Amino acid sequence: MPSARVERKPKMLKFILKRLALGVLVILGVVIVTFIMTRVVPSNPAAQWVGPRATPEQIQAAKRELGLDQPLYIQLGIYIKNLFTGNLGKSLKTHQPVIEELKNYLPATIELVLLSTVIAALIGLPLGVISAKKKDRWLDHFSRFFSVGAVSLPTFWVGLFLQLIFYRWLGVLPLGGELSTNIKLFYQVPHVTGFLLLDSLITGNMVIFKDALLHFILPGITVALYPIGLVARMTRSALLEILGEDYIRAARSYGLPESTVLWSYALKNSLGPTITVLTLSIGYTLTNTFLIEAIFSWPGIGSYIATSILSLDYPAIMGVTIFAALAYVVLNLIADIIIALDPRVRL
Amino acid sequence: MRKLLPVETFEAIKPRLKEFKLTFYLLNRNRLTMIAVITVFLLVLIAILAPLIVPYKEHVISGTNPQEKLLPPSQEHLFGTDELGRDIFSRVIYGTRISLETALAAVGLALLIGVPLGAIAGATGGVVDEVIMRITDIFLSFPPLLLAILIAAFLGPSLTNAMLAIAVAWWPWYTRLIRGQAVSMRERQFVRAARAIGTPHFKIVFGHIVPNTIAPVIVQASMDLGGVILTAASLSFLGLGAQPPTPEWGLMVSTSRNYFLNAWWYSIFPGLAIFITVLVFNLVGDGLREVLDPRTRKY
Repeated sequence: MPSARVERKPKMLKFILKRLALGVLVILGVVIVTFIMTRVVPSNPAAQWVGPRATPEQIQAAKRELGLDQPLYIQLGIYIKNLFTGNLGKSLKTHQPVIEELKNYLPATIELVLLSTVIAALIGLPLGVISAKKKDRWLDHFSRFFSVGAVSLPTFWVGLFLQLIFYRWLGVLPLGGELSTNIKLFYQVPHVTGFLLLDSLITGNMVIFKDALLHFILPGITVALYPIGLVARMTRSALLEILGEDYIRAARSYGLPESTVLWSYALKNSLGPTITVLTLSIGYTLTNTFLIEAIFSWPGIGSYIATSILSLDYPAIMGVTIFAALAYVVLNLIADIIIALDPRVRL
Repeated sequence: MRKLLPVETFEAIKPRLKEFKLTFYLLNRNRLTMIAVITVFLLVLIAILAPLIVPYKEHVISGTNPQEKLLPPSQEHLFGTDELGRDIFSRVIYGTRISLETALAAVGLALLIGVPLGAIAGATGGVVDEVIMRITDIFLSFPPLLLAILIAAFLGPSLTNAMLAIAVAWWPWYTRLIRGQAVSMRERQFVRAARAIGTPHFKIVFGHIVPNTIAPVIVQASMDLGGVILTAASLSFLGLGAQPPTPEWGLMVSTSRNYFLNAWWYSIFPGLAIFITVLVFNLVGDGLREVLDPRTRKY
């Protein structure tokens, strides 16, 4: 009914605004919790800032410079105030603004995560549909085993396993990194958006594109495994529920081909939950890359936080944490909006 | 003085016994789940008997044997040896104990924090409920692995700290779950009766509400064991959990990174141990969920 649709719009807007406001509060909570955590650690950021051979006077000066001589709540206030202007402080190790470093490392991670998610959807969805169609047959059992298996795999181990097979034994794929060393030396690496695959494609640099693609395959598969399992399971259970509905029986009794009923009529209505889990899984995948990037020397925020943690570089750690929490909140919001778009859901 | 269970109590738990039997029967009908259940028992047995069944006991912690370093799998060393010549099979077997212990301790601690908080929030309502649940929300908005990494990094790397970190990352899920249950209990007849005869609030929460709401939480906790084992291994892999020479699986995979291209067995077997353990726990959890959810329950 058209009238219902018009009525829905302001409600939807209100819903989104309310969730956004809640999201801001949550982020604020995350900032406070992380901030407190970084301050209860027995470490000396000022000494870290000036380096190992500094005099006590220099450390004192650094303390003042970093605002560490202020009471804790004032430090927190300053941090939050700076946050609104996009200032995350400076890394204790490199003395570079954390926000600039994040900008350097983020594209590699985002490219890895998003591309793997797309791959996961392309593989997981058909797997789920076939599994639902062949319910309780061997293919279904295999698919269930595979999907539970995919979420049970230690991803860091899968990465090593793939390296062993495709690099050491077959010698067809590179060990790690985003590009080969000789490519980096002899070619001008394009930099438009920061996404290497996309950049080399739009600038028409096929040599770099091919090399980047080869480097992407192993980390891409490793990252995609978890969402593949998730999507396959979700699609299967959603589809099974819908295949029992009256309208499916009606469609079948009209004599529509089974493939039309399954892939068009039923799948369309089961996509909601699948897209929701897929969106939510991006958040999980994002933290999973912390483990995977280390193995594949992928130059993303995972490698960044791994080195920051080892040196207790707390502005950097907080920067990555806030980004991850922000991504989590936004993805949750998107998932909720997708659910709310379904006209059967009452807001 | 305590008497034996009175007949009324037995009558009262009879339906629950019946429920339990039915659940077991349904689990038994799914072969994959049943295999997983048996494997879980086997793993527990291995964990308990670990000191008795490892062939090279001295290799488990610190003993080294440099002459035999990085040997491929053979009759004497089923899973080969590592860079210090230690028997990987013995270390993997012993790792079962470490993983299960860590996971049980982490989930137990998470329950210990989460259940009382959730029960108090749900049973009390008002400001208390609001405050507890908003704090819970903040913890829930961290990706769990990230939160565990953060806490483990700040506490300093050790297996105990990794366990603490996981507990801190997991408790909010139990709080939320039990709170929902507790809210529905608040106005039930027996709770109102207890209140009417002047039972203290504390006693109502822990004597009446918790025992009646704990079942789904325990089920959830047992389903979480797989994920917790995986997280613990991941933390150790990042260098934030167990420290050498502990025979922890994640740590073993991590150390193997320097050698695995020429010694595949070093990383394959500990990783396989993680995979199989997490898989069987998840399969049991999956089976339980299917059986306990009335919508997917098939008689």
